[in-house]
Amino acid sequence: MHLYDLPLWFALVGLALYTVLGGADFGAGFWQLVAGKGERADEIRDHAHHAMAPVWEANHVWLIFVLTVVWTAYPAAFGSIASTLSVPLFIAGIGIVMRGGAYALRAGAATVGEQRLVDTVFAVSSVLTPFALGTVIGALASERLHVGNPGGSLVTSWLNPTSIAIGVLAVASGAYTSAVFLSGDAARRGEHALADRFRARALGAGLAAGAVATAGLIVLHFDAERIFRRLTEGVGLPALVVSVIAGVATLGLVWRRQYEPARYTAAVAVAATIAGWAVAQNPVFLHGLTIRQAAAGHDTLVAVIVSILVGALLLFPSLALLFRLTLGGELRDSEQSSDEAQVGSRRRALVSGRLDARLSVAFLVAGIGLLTVANAAWAHAIGVACFFGFILSGYRAALPADVLDAGR
Amino acid sequence: MTHLIAIAGALEPGEQRYLLQARQMQALSFAVHIPLVCFGIAFPALLLYVESLYLRTGDELYRTLARRWSRIMAALFAAGVVTGTILSFEMGLLWPNFTGTFGSVFGLGFAIEGFSFFMEAIFIGIYLYGWSRLSPRAHFASGIPIAIAGFTGSLTVISVNGWMNHPTHFRFSHGRVADVHPLGALFGNSYFWHELVHMYLAGYMVTGFVLAGAYAFGRLKGRWGRYERTALAIPLAVATLASVAQIFVGDWNGRAVAAAQPTKLAAFEGLGRTTKGAPVHVLGWYTHGHVEYGIPLPRLLSLLAFHSTNATVQGLDAVAPADRPPVNVVRYAFQTMVGIGSLLALLSIAYLVVRVRRKRLPESTWFYRALAAAGPLSVVALIAGWVTTEVGRQPWVVYYVMRTSEAVTGAGGIPVGYGTLAAVYLALAAGVAWVLLRLSRTPV
Repeated sequence: MHLYDLPLWFALVGLALYTVLGGADFGAGFWQLVAGKGERADEIRDHAHHAMAPVWEANHVWLIFVLTVVWTAYPAAFGSIASTLSVPLFIAGIGIVMRGGAYALRAGAATVGEQRLVDTVFAVSSVLTPFALGTVIGALASERLHVGNPGGSLVTSWLNPTSIAIGVLAVASGAYTSAVFLSGDAARRGEHALADRFRARALGAGLAAGAVATAGLIVLHFDAERIFRRLTEGVGLPALVVSVIAGVATLGLVWRRQYEPARYTAAVAVAATIAGWAVAQNPVFLHGLTIRQAAAGHDTLVAVIVSILVGALLLFPSLALLFRLTLGGELRDSEQSSDEAQVGSRRRALVSGRLDARLSVAFLVAGIGLLTVANAAWAHAIGVACFFGFILSGYRAALPADVLDAGR
Repeated sequence: MTHLIAIAGALEPGEQRYLLQARQMQALSFAVHIPLVCFGIAFPALLLYVESLYLRTGDELYRTLARRWSRIMAALFAAGVVTGTILSFEMGLLWPNFTGTFGSVFGLGFAIEGFSFFMEAIFIGIYLYGWSRLSPRAHFASGIPIAIAGFTGSLTVISVNGWMNHPTHFRFSHGRVADVHPLGALFGNSYFWHELVHMYLAGYMVTGFVLAGAYAFGRLKGRWGRYERTALAIPLAVATLASVAQIFVGDWNGRAVAAAQPTKLAAFEGLGRTTKGAPVHVLGWYTHGHVEYGIPLPRLLSLLAFHSTNATVQGLDAVAPADRPPVNVVRYAFQTMVGIGSLLALLSIAYLVVRVRRKRLPESTWFYRALAAAGPLSVVALIAGWVTTEVGRQPWVVYYVMRTSEAVTGAGGIPVGYGTLAAVYLALAAGVAWVLLRLSRTPV
């Protein structure tokens, strides 16, 4: 392992998490799309929506993480990818806007008809986006890009057998992991009939994803020979084996309705696929450009690595909290409240005024003196602090007394 | 590596007939996203304030208000997430040679911003869906990281913009960067703190005036109970104080631009020739090197920019015509921002005077009409402000290092992408407007 590899490994971990977690989000949209009509279909849609609503934004951020790490640590490769694959990336971007828009809009949808419309937008974009992102991976895997603006064909770079196979695989594996997760969520909430319906979907989608993956290997054999060889004979083989074992184990666990362990084996199956691709692709980034050649300078790499490690110290405990609360059923948008009694007894006057107002005027005068009249940088810094002091100390004084006291 | 070498950057500069459309597409994406950023900066703090009132008094009104606002915040945050994603895609899709050449210098800002974004997304999920099951204190606590991340996120992104305007901490030769020190480039740069403070206050102004304006509109329609008065006063109080502070912070921004980007300042004011004791012109039209039909205010520019009525201010003639920004766009954006900002400050002072003298909200219908208009006007001023600094930076994407025309993609289809994005954003705006209207009518 070299310094210049390390940010890429972090990006790949991010990509694996995005494929598992974000992929399950997309999969939930897929099940909404194929839910059909009627009350039972609405149950499917509602469950898929409610299970994902608290977590979709956090899951989405993994994509941003991957993008920013790649453009910081491997800028020339990123620029070439963005320029050449502008069409699928743009499609993915539009799909992401439509998905997020649907999440924002569903809160206001009152009638079943409105909800169906919103869900349809969500579902169609949930299939389009992972397919488009999968074609990007296919373009890299089949080495159809070189450094340039653009560095390759705008059409065949992503509309080619490998890209299409990986695009379909992205949709299928998302549907699979999502069905596994959703069966588990339904079972946890005691909705066993619903869990069984997602179980059937998980089994079907698992077999389908396996078939697509096998077909994908055949496509690689003809279209991306280097990757195929390294996956089936070389360094990528262990990952491929792990992926197959985890995938089959997931099917068995789902069959036996053991959804909780199935969550993790499903995640391993998907993550192992990403890992297999990564080691098979190494050290080539683009055609004629190795990872080493693409890497940024030493200081940038160190800064990126340190930032990621520090950020991870904040991120992973927070993520753990989110998922613990979600899986524990603590995050549901319901109306009843459990702890109303804890507050409510301690009424006291909220508004005290005069001292705040005087302090605030003093801050304002000091701020003007230091920021506007004085010219030194240190004076400006204190002046800015004074203006924030002005706002903070003035805030309660600026609130009308009758508004906060009228309830009493 | 041989094919990496090009004069203008890491990639060869693209052949692009639609540079203007690419810039407009970027501007559109930005104009849609930036008002949502304001809500990301200020809304969590206001919401936490209301929730703290509930925790301290137990008054159900505050809880109802906080719950309603949190649903609005959820819708706006979702729209902010996806429009922000489009912006990060466009960094590569529209300007691959910019990102490809300088990604190692400025990219770190976005990588760190990614973690702010993570914290926001995680805790907004907990905050929004934790109302019923979490204890009130735990719920309040889950909102604090959202407010902090709103600040750190804007800090890192604006540090990148500061670097684009005042690029330092790298060497650039033969289209390649060397000696890159990303932390110094982003945070050791003297030229971004004024921009950050300016934007941060703008966030509170936009959020405060839009929210208060919505309830002012309700008052004009006869909705005026204690709930509405509270919901109006809480954002209004912060917006008015921020507007007063913004006058002085804006002035500081002007002086910072005068010192570091004299050509940009000359474009703000339409100053064709380098002038001793330069005037300010209000309105008018810049043509043939000077402003026609404007109202001149003698020596004011020298006074404002350099604190001396006799100071010499550099004009546009100091640089070649090809290095000048489009003056009238910049100048009118600047005048719009300053004009609206001044009106908002006047409205704020009127409110604060009534508050100090009478200890209550104003009662004049005209005040509420003005406040209802202040919401959309504050958004216009915000966008005008960003047009001022971003178009004012032209023709450079990295000031005096790389031209925007060298950064643009060589891929085709920009008009198609532009049209598609415009249509999708129009639908998104209509959808968000519809959902906000719907939420304002349904009780929690």
